[in-house]
This record gives sequence, C-alpha cells and structure tokens, in this order.
Amino acid sequence: MSTFRSIVFASVIAGFIVGLVVTAAQQFGTVPLILRAEVYEKAAEHKHEASAPPQAILVHDHADNAHGAEAWEPKDGWERNLYTAGANILTGIGFALLLCGFFSVRSGATGEAISWHEGLMWGLAGFAVFTLAPGLGLPPELPGVPAAPLLSRQIWWTMAVLATSAGLGLIVFRRSAPAAIAGVVLIMLPHLIGAPELEHVETNVPSSLSHQFVVAVTLTSLVFWSLLGSLTSAAFAYFDRPTSA
Amino acid sequence: MSQSQTAQAQHLPVATRHVGRLAQSLIAMTLGLFIVGVVGFSHIDVIHNAAHDVRHSNAFPCH
Repeated sequence: MSTFRSIVFASVIAGFIVGLVVTAAQQFGTVPLILRAEVYEKAAEHKHEASAPPQAILVHDHADNAHGAEAWEPKDGWERNLYTAGANILTGIGFALLLCGFFSVRSGATGEAISWHEGLMWGLAGFAVFTLAPGLGLPPELPGVPAAPLLSRQIWWTMAVLATSAGLGLIVFRRSAPAAIAGVVLIMLPHLIGAPELEHVETNVPSSLSHQFVVAVTLTSLVFWSLLGSLTSAAFAYFDRPTSA
Repeated sequence: MSQSQTAQAQHLPVATRHVGRLAQSLIAMTLGLFIVGVVGFSHIDVIHNAAHDVRHSNAFPCH
C-alpha cells in the first residue's frame, strides 16, 4: 500500500473514533458551560436592545433589513450536536494526518514502526503545541465574553503554535545546549510579545464559569490528543507494515 | 521497458522510495492542516455556526 494511502486510512479511522469519543466527553465537559454562557450572552443582547434610544433601534432595524436573513445555524439539540460531532471528526482526521506525516517520516528514516507509546508522546506534544501554548495567552473563551479582533487573535494563535512546535523540535531532535536554549527562547517568544487583548472587558458571564471552562477545555483536549496520538500511531503501523512480496 | 531502464530501476529504488515517502507525508500533512484550518479558522458564517461549539471547545479563536 502506498504511504499516502496508509496515512489517509489510518487518519480517517483514528480521527473518526477520537472525534466520537471527544464529542461524548464535550457533552459532559465544555458544551453545558457554552450553553449556560449563551443564556448570559442573549440576556445581554436583549438588555442592550431595550436600553438603546428609539432612534438607535430604528437604525439597527434598518441595518438588519439591509443584511437580509441571518446566516444559517444548526437548531439547538440533536442537529447542533450532530454538527459538533462532524466538526470534531474532521478536526481529528486533520490533526491525525499531521501526526501520521511525522510518523511516516520517522519510521521511514529509522526503519522501525512507531509504537503506540511513542505515538502517545507525539500526541502530548500536540497537546502542548495546540492547547497549552496558545491557551496561555488566549485562554479558552466562552460565548458572550468580548475579546480582541478575531483576525489578530488568529494570527497570534498561529504564531504561538509555530514557535512552540519549532522550539520543541529543536529541544527534542538537536541534542545540543545552544539548540536547547534557542528552543526555550522560541517557546517563550510569543508570550513575551503578548497576545492581543482588550483594555476593558465587560461581561455578564461569571468568572467562575469562565474558569470552569478553561479546565474543561484543557481536560477534553488532553483526552483528544493522547487518544489521537496513540490510536493514529497504532493504525498507521498496521497499514504501513511491509507487505510480503 | 528497455533493458537499461530495468537496470536503472533496480539501482534506484531505495533513494526514490525514501523521497516518495517524504513527499507523500508532506502532502498528507498539508491536507490535514487545510482541514483543521477550514473547521477552526474559516470566517465564512455557515462554517462558523456549524463548528461553533468545537471552536470554543478547542480554544480556537472564535467570534
């Protein structure tokens, strides 16, 4: 089987399983908190509309009409959870393809299959790169909590991911002191620059809810990454085994 | 296949297989990043609304 096919087969299977497991975990962890925060978000929107002077409401209505109908969104309940499951599965497959690419290069160079345990280590590296590092500057946020402009946060998030992965790579694969120092500096760099944030944040969402959300996101992500790392490596080792020729 | 081509193919396989593996791995990784990018970062409203809870749950920047 070609390498690409082995990678895709392994990633689709691992991503599908991990996506479903994480969707279930999120139903207990993050989703109830998102739904509770949306109650505050909607209440704040209503209050804002009610307290606005009549003229402002007219202008607001006019603007709404100009925009036409609002964009589609899934209905609360089953439909919404179905799309969440789909997006989780796609995210799982996407990150599995990334991990599998590394597994394939590594096992191609060493001639040995990646064990599930080494896969787990790669998964934990993914957790550090994609959850811990960006989350330090941009903590997981609930709906209804205002934040800096989206694009600036997306750019900082991407920079944090790139710097952390490069830093970890230098530390793990170049076993020299200067490389290790450069690696640590690289990991610190995005945080020294600082993530974009608002000067004043006004929100009705209680800070205890926000704190619970940070914990829930971090734990569900840990489940996601450790499962994805070990399952993807096991599946890839299975599909990539040398065929008897 | 001519005789000289056959001889060449027998001499090259280790190097070409290695390069082929690297290229295929890179294509798979690019595809993976593209999928994550669309699900987690696309500004298109419909994609945002469908993946809304996943974006929040993965701490991707949202709203």
